[in-house]
Amino acid sequence: MGMQAFLDIFDIYLLEAVINGILLGGVLALLALGLNLIFGVIDVTWICYAELVMIGMYAMYFMVQYYGVSYFVAAPLTILLVAILGALLHYLVIAPLLTAPPINQLLATGGVLFVLQSFATVAFGIDFRNLGIRLPVLAFGDMNFSYARLLSFLAALVGMVAVYLFMTRTFTGTAIRAISQDRQIMALMGVDTKRIYIITSALGGALAGLAACLLVLQYDVHPFVGLSFGPITFLICVLGGLGNFIGGFIAAFVFAEIISLGGLFSDLEWGYVLAFAFFIVMMFIRPAGLLARRR
Amino acid sequence: MLELRGVNAGYGTFQALFDVNLDVKAGEAVGVIGPNGAGKTTLMRVISGLIRPTRGSITMEGVDVVATPAHKIVSLGIAHVPENRRLFPQLTVDDNLKMGAFMKEARGHYAERLDVVFDLFPRLKERRHQMAGTMSGGEQQMCAIGRAMMSNPKLLLLDEPSAGLAPVVVQQVFELVKRIRASGLTVLIVEQNVQQVLKVVDRAYLIEAGTIRASGTSAEMLASDTVKEAYLGV
Repeated sequence: MGMQAFLDIFDIYLLEAVINGILLGGVLALLALGLNLIFGVIDVTWICYAELVMIGMYAMYFMVQYYGVSYFVAAPLTILLVAILGALLHYLVIAPLLTAPPINQLLATGGVLFVLQSFATVAFGIDFRNLGIRLPVLAFGDMNFSYARLLSFLAALVGMVAVYLFMTRTFTGTAIRAISQDRQIMALMGVDTKRIYIITSALGGALAGLAACLLVLQYDVHPFVGLSFGPITFLICVLGGLGNFIGGFIAAFVFAEIISLGGLFSDLEWGYVLAFAFFIVMMFIRPAGLLARRR
Repeated sequence: MLELRGVNAGYGTFQALFDVNLDVKAGEAVGVIGPNGAGKTTLMRVISGLIRPTRGSITMEGVDVVATPAHKIVSLGIAHVPENRRLFPQLTVDDNLKMGAFMKEARGHYAERLDVVFDLFPRLKERRHQMAGTMSGGEQQMCAIGRAMMSNPKLLLLDEPSAGLAPVVVQQVFELVKRIRASGLTVLIVEQNVQQVLKVVDRAYLIEAGTIRASGTSAEMLASDTVKEAYLGV
């Protein structure tokens, strides 16, 4: 059976949607990894995670569009900037509330969300802005793929592999994996838990920064752009099991496929509606997440 | 090497240790015996900084332990094998050992220390890629001791190494303690298994209700009426 026969059986648009779903899943998985890292290690939820992405997107926009910095120079600077923001978020907001009830931590990071949105509105206005970089569309047979999406997918994969290597090969990464299993005895290992929390927060920020560099290629920046990724990232993390890296990775692609395939039948917004409906149903079937052990 | 003077410690309003004086000299193996809830584990925790004394002083080779941040105490040469082992159950044996060598001073000697530990516990080498939580109790105890040895300590604190292990395994654990001693390491060991521990240590302290009641050489403790009646069932 040749390629043409294969394409005849599978509807060409269906295949295109499936592949686009996979490409979308890469960046969603990157965001879910960042959020899961913070939750798994520090046991707090950064409600304002997508707003860090928004700030990163503005950083990219201003550096590239306004100051004429090359994209590839601006990207590492943005990653560094958002990493610092993540560390500051922990130091200024989370650390004083570490022993506070979870609801206080949620409210505090929720507060940061509104602060960042308002700051962006005041400082940058509500205009939609973009990099003005128009990447070509790749045609493969009768299918069209956005070059920006393909690039984002690959960069997200590289980012995730880098995190995996850091977590498994280094002393600090091993401590990050160990800390949630037994917080009390970390001092016996000579580990300063405060320092590990700061490093983890910076890493979570860096992942948001990388996501910002990739998303800015596909989407316009505006103060409320975080709403486009924030809720879906939370759903992915919850569906995968909060703090479960592999669960989050799988859930990201499940959601991306639902959005992409759902969008096939009418428009993309319906894909989101389907994804949220799927989430609600799953919460009844598997409330502890996709990979939770059956009891 | 280690000196405790007039140490009080506790949890919130509950005081667990009262005016404890204790010495461990370099090269010695010292036991702490006593009933459940006497404050033995608290004593270990206060030495390694997991809890802080409310009064009194602790010094390690002349350095003030109380003024040292908890995560720096292991750098003074004190390694604590906690009660119930407290391994990272979802990390491999290798990763658990790696955590034992986390501090800056130990990282450079990671490979050498790994050899030392695998030499002492060949079983751990066979199990190095296994999740620590899936091993037997005896193997987990080896891993916990091995993890503490990774920091190349001068003083090893062992808290109830025989607890929850089968009698045959208990025997093996005490053999291990003997071998660790023979390697020149100073050991402070807390045990409920009085008969066994007195065979391994040079000296021992008897602690009851947070207070040191008696101390002496192993022979003296074995001969002491208090110890005999209460703990040896003679």
